Amino acid sequence: MKLFLKVWKQDGPQTEGRFESHVLDGVSEDSSFLEMLDQLNEQLLEEGKEPVAFDHDCREGICGTCSLNINGFAHGPENSTTTCQLHMRKFEDGDTITIEPFRAKAFPVIRDLVVDRSAFDKIIQAGGYITVRTGSAPDGNALPVPKEDADLAMDAAQCIGCGACVASCKNASAMLFTSAKAGHLNMLPQGQAEKDSRVLNMVAAMDEAGFGNCRNYGECSAACPKDISLDYIAKLNRDYAKAKIKKVFS
Amino acid sequence: MSLYNRLVMQSSLIKKYIMALTGIVLVGFVFVHMAGNLQVLLGQEAINAYAHALQNLPAPILWGSRLFLLVCVVAHAVTAYQLIKENRAARPQSNEVEITKRAGWSSLRMGLTGSLMLAFIVFHLLHFTIRTIYPEYNDLKTTVGSPDGSEIHDVYSMILAGFRIDAISVFYVFCMFLLCRHLAHGVSSMFQSLGLRSESWRCKLDFAASAYGWIIFIGFSIIPVLVLAQKYGLVNCLDTCGSSCSVNL
Repeated sequence: MKLFLKVWKQDGPQTEGRFESHVLDGVSEDSSFLEMLDQLNEQLLEEGKEPVAFDHDCREGICGTCSLNINGFAHGPENSTTTCQLHMRKFEDGDTITIEPFRAKAFPVIRDLVVDRSAFDKIIQAGGYITVRTGSAPDGNALPVPKEDADLAMDAAQCIGCGACVASCKNASAMLFTSAKAGHLNMLPQGQAEKDSRVLNMVAAMDEAGFGNCRNYGECSAACPKDISLDYIAKLNRDYAKAKIKKVFS
Repeated sequence: MSLYNRLVMQSSLIKKYIMALTGIVLVGFVFVHMAGNLQVLLGQEAINAYAHALQNLPAPILWGSRLFLLVCVVAHAVTAYQLIKENRAARPQSNEVEITKRAGWSSLRMGLTGSLMLAFIVFHLLHFTIRTIYPEYNDLKTTVGSPDGSEIHDVYSMILAGFRIDAISVFYVFCMFLLCRHLAHGVSSMFQSLGLRSESWRCKLDFAASAYGWIIFIGFSIIPVLVLAQKYGLVNCLDTCGSSCSVNL
């Protein structure tokens, strides 16, 4: 395959970015999108040029490290797929592919296609955990969880925190991520004790980081590689209202 | 103001609740307004008597309702402005290629349709309520529909006079189309913002919101459309009530 690539180049957070065009020939349609970028970087190194910086880690769709806005789609045009699991056979020979970083004020560009997603870590630090006595592991099945709750909590827990929801939202809102992380714990018995403070603190951290507001477009869920449902956003809205009312009257 | 800032402006979700709650009030209001308007179809007496009764509600109820609606409109508009400002700041650099996968026309243009609705409300109040655009509407008096035979404002004639101007009718119908699109997203979205929507309900609520928008559009537009249609001799269903009407079509 011969590809015409339009890749975002930016030297640092404070510098202006720009697009650079490259022609890459001999791309196997069996290679993944990231392997295609590896091939581009080898070509650039051979030409004595700077390689393109991009995020990647597990390359099997579970770590949430890879990102990229590909032809306008976060993680590319395929549904329920991360960039690392996107294969070049989904593109045509001779295609022009525009590759941009995930864009949001809360995700500043570090270099080229690498963005700083530590705003997500701050949201998790604000309440995306449970406080438990550490030590020996509890007995299996000591804490009964209804199957339905476990399934819904697992659906939310699938969120890999990649930030595609923020990148695809017209307002760069982090509601899908925050709602999945809060909802996952709020649906389980272990999460009940800190349920109210969790939603209040996580939403406060989300607002603090400079993410936009949810306008119920549904773009986030459509782009999510793990198909997190908008139901979790509705649940966060519900849980937050209850927590806020309890706080006002307590 | 500091209390308002502390309670409302700090949280993105509270702003969304305000949009939803004031939205519910306004969604209810437009339905009642539309149902009231449709009495034009019943003739001069019905609409005049209804309008006279509304105007003569006890002052605390009349002005309380007006103030409540004004507060809702202002809160809805001011909060929307805040949200849009924050949303723009959250994405300082736009994408070279912008793709929309799921969001519809209405949901993407709530700010546009909302701003135009705000301008329409101001025009509509100046046109038919405060009557500064056509002050001669104040002189339309009749005893038809009056509870005690005294002279009352002839709302029926005012509506005929207002909508027999082509540009006014076209403008009203266009604004009702914008309202229809605003409602098509808003009515479903307010349930999501209040946490009262689930995947299984989403399609039903989206359908209901769209249907509600069209009902409101048709209910409001039917009057200017009929007035114009009668003016051009296409129909003859509005009662021009002989000598008791001040306006002929």
